[in-house]
Amino acid sequence: MNNNYILETHHLTKEFKGFTAVDDVSLNIQRGHIHALIGPNGAGKTTVFNLLTKYLSPTSGTILFNGRDITAIESSAIARQGLVRSFQISAVFPNLTVLENVRVALQQREGNSFHFWKPESVLDRLNERAEQLLESVGLQDFARVVTVDLSYGRKRALEIATTLALDPEMLLLDEPTQGMGQEDVERTANLIRSVADNRTILMVEHNLKVVSQLADRITVLQRGAVLTEGDYATVSDDPRVREAYLGVAADKETAA
Amino acid sequence: MTTQIQMNAVTQPRQRGLTLILILGLISVGLLAPLVVYPVFLMKFLCFALFACAFNLMLGFVGMLSFGHAAFLATGGYITGYAMTHFGLTPELGVLVGTLASAILGFVFGKLSVKREGIYFAMVTLALAQLVFFFYLQADFTGGENGMQGIPRGELFGLIDLNDNLNMYYFVLAVFLLGFFVVYRTVHSPFGQVLKAIRENEPRAVSLGYSVGNYKLLAFVISAALAGMAGSTKALVFELESLTDAHWHMSGEVVLMTLLGGMGTLFGPVVGAAIVIAISTLFSGGELGNYIHIIMGAIFVMCVLSFRRGVVGEFQRVMARNFSASRVGK
Repeated sequence: MNNNYILETHHLTKEFKGFTAVDDVSLNIQRGHIHALIGPNGAGKTTVFNLLTKYLSPTSGTILFNGRDITAIESSAIARQGLVRSFQISAVFPNLTVLENVRVALQQREGNSFHFWKPESVLDRLNERAEQLLESVGLQDFARVVTVDLSYGRKRALEIATTLALDPEMLLLDEPTQGMGQEDVERTANLIRSVADNRTILMVEHNLKVVSQLADRITVLQRGAVLTEGDYATVSDDPRVREAYLGVAADKETAA
Repeated sequence: MTTQIQMNAVTQPRQRGLTLILILGLISVGLLAPLVVYPVFLMKFLCFALFACAFNLMLGFVGMLSFGHAAFLATGGYITGYAMTHFGLTPELGVLVGTLASAILGFVFGKLSVKREGIYFAMVTLALAQLVFFFYLQADFTGGENGMQGIPRGELFGLIDLNDNLNMYYFVLAVFLLGFFVVYRTVHSPFGQVLKAIRENEPRAVSLGYSVGNYKLLAFVISAALAGMAGSTKALVFELESLTDAHWHMSGEVVLMTLLGGMGTLFGPVVGAAIVIAISTLFSGGELGNYIHIIMGAIFVMCVLSFRRGVVGEFQRVMARNFSASRVGK
């Protein structure tokens, strides 16, 4: 065990009836890094995420978070240990207000979440902290809006604010800029950078420009297995990566 | 956008205030009602209204359709009946015992069913409720097909004779209000906030660290306890507990009441219970008595086809559309 690594996987494998989605993946995520997971469609990136947060159970292999084996514990417990994920589709509570969205996350640590005999107003003391979090993602003016009315980019920002409310040690972001316009992409990239100050981030990202700007280290997956790993320069020069990414290679040139 | 923000900020507390006025108004109606309407009819209505409110806590506020709530209604009734007959408890303690028994049964049901979703949850709860039905059919203390007869109403706190229908009515009203308040408090509590989050987006609630199963379980236990409380009270009102309460028809009836009135609204189940009880009482004596199930079925079909949100749900929608500007500019 190496203390520099916040998250490690050893020989992580997931098989669906006769199909190996994730094949012997060993990852070492260094504390404080922004680590990107890239690869062509169907490479198993999201499956790896689902394994790490136990939305799926691995067929074999182990997952260590802060040196502790978390392979067998359930999703919500992993979140409480400080490893929190986002989703590919925007994960908000649509009919709650923006403020309530963040407050639900803050509430988790209050220890009153089973208190059905108390009025809702006991949650009001979380409002100030919730508003601060909204401000940090530029949503302070939308606190009272019902979330369903927000634009897509703002929903993603809200999702990040909600995740930050848990003050996680490590964030897993599943395609944080997917489906966004250029302006939103940049805003989100800046947001991720500022959030990463005192945290570790593992993200799946298709936008290689964002990856090149943000990632300290990159792991390339192909057909469920690790193809290569390194910083952006190393990875982008690797001929195997170019081959795997043939269609995307042109994209990368313009981005670089 | 700014008007929208302000409007939403204003409407929420105002809505809360309106709900409060409405509740106070209904309480006064409840206090005066037995002067106009036959008390036993009112008590029957209040018991079923409480039963439907309890059921609605699961269906409307957690989003899970239980098809086994008859088991809790019957358990409340039988246990209270047994305790009143054999231990000579005062009625408030009798109701308490019945409620607790249903809560415990709810915990067992919940443990076994809450991890299932949708139709599977409905099936598991139905199967468990059928088990309970056959147990009550066979067990000696229930009187089987004959039912448990002659349950004494007793004296409230050993002081007030509940054999007087008016006294009994106010006792039932108090029990109903207590139950309704528990539902209201649960929905508008820190716990209720988490339930709402789970209903809105369960995977996200999990990713925020909530052990969703435990929250569903607690909601189920509260719902079962209140259903039991309704059953206990009903057994006292009629001095009788029978297998009708345990039968799956009863589980279906409460679904009908809740959907008809409007699931996920506080008052919907009350209105739904009023409609169903009124119709069945109206027709049960007359020529149409034999057709009661057909009439109910037709009403149910009409409800599902034309006003899906139920009476209260549709009413709220119309009010929201005409009197609130919160969606202006959309």
